Amino acid sequence: MTHLTYIMAAYGIAVVVAGGFAVDAWARMGRARRRLAAIDPRGRR
Amino acid sequence: MNENVLNAGRTGSAGAWLHRFANPGRFLRLVRPALPWLAVFSVVITATGLVWGFGFAPADWQQGDASRIMYVHVPSAWVAMAGYAALAGCSFFSIVWRHPLADLAAEEIGPVGAGFTFVCLVTGSLWGKPMWGAYWVWDARLTSVLVLFFLYLGHIALVRAFDSPERGARAGAILALVGVVNLPVIKFSVDWWNTLHQTATITLTGSPTMYVGMLWPLLFSALGMSFGFAAIVVARTRAGVMERRIRGLLMARAQQEAGGRLDMAA
Repeated sequence: MTHLTYIMAAYGIAVVVAGGFAVDAWARMGRARRRLAAIDPRGRR
Repeated sequence: MNENVLNAGRTGSAGAWLHRFANPGRFLRLVRPALPWLAVFSVVITATGLVWGFGFAPADWQQGDASRIMYVHVPSAWVAMAGYAALAGCSFFSIVWRHPLADLAAEEIGPVGAGFTFVCLVTGSLWGKPMWGAYWVWDARLTSVLVLFFLYLGHIALVRAFDSPERGARAGAILALVGVVNLPVIKFSVDWWNTLHQTATITLTGSPTMYVGMLWPLLFSALGMSFGFAAIVVARTRAGVMERRIRGLLMARAQQEAGGRLDMAA
């Protein structure tokens, strides 16, 4: 395969950026849910 | 008379319909079951498109294997532009109907949209180097996408630059609406000016001028990344709603405690 370095770098950047946002969003959601449950334990969200 | 009826009187029928979905509790209830499915669907579809494009789609007869960068570059460009359109839509709802969830969604779209625009710019550079001999040229398409990236960064900075979140959201909304003018410039830059960047291969009005074996993985990648973008934004907005509720509860508790201390002192 020609230009493999450029292709791998492009795919890598896309996966890292999108994956990073996804992991951050899920972690932030989990933190917020736990904190809210500790402050206001009226039910699941 | 319930609150929705009062809102209908104040904001008109469109406003009332929108305000039904402005209730953060209703938003949390709606997205909680849908979000895992949206996430799984986007991961599966994106992975299918990328693996198909990387390993099984044919190479371009002129560009060779470098054309495989298309399967990450083009979807990220589409998502970056669609994300900005969504940001502008939320800003419009925010300015016209003072929709609180629209403010929050706009705040959360900004960083994700900037991320996808960054991916579009970097993957474009990585495609440009072997094909044009340069990572960057001041071509109309590249420059207008760079302006889109700066608009996203400006929006991120502006909504966080005020002590009052409402003022920040309003300033950010105005910037987002002004920046919409850049979207047609990006789209038509390759037609209006003589550019190194190629013209559109896929249009809404005509049939695509691309081999079908390359078109399908591209459409899978684009669909998957669009759903991925939506899933990330919805997850961030959900977290944002809960964080606002936490701040509100903590402030109410602090005010109660301060009131109690004042009563004791009196």
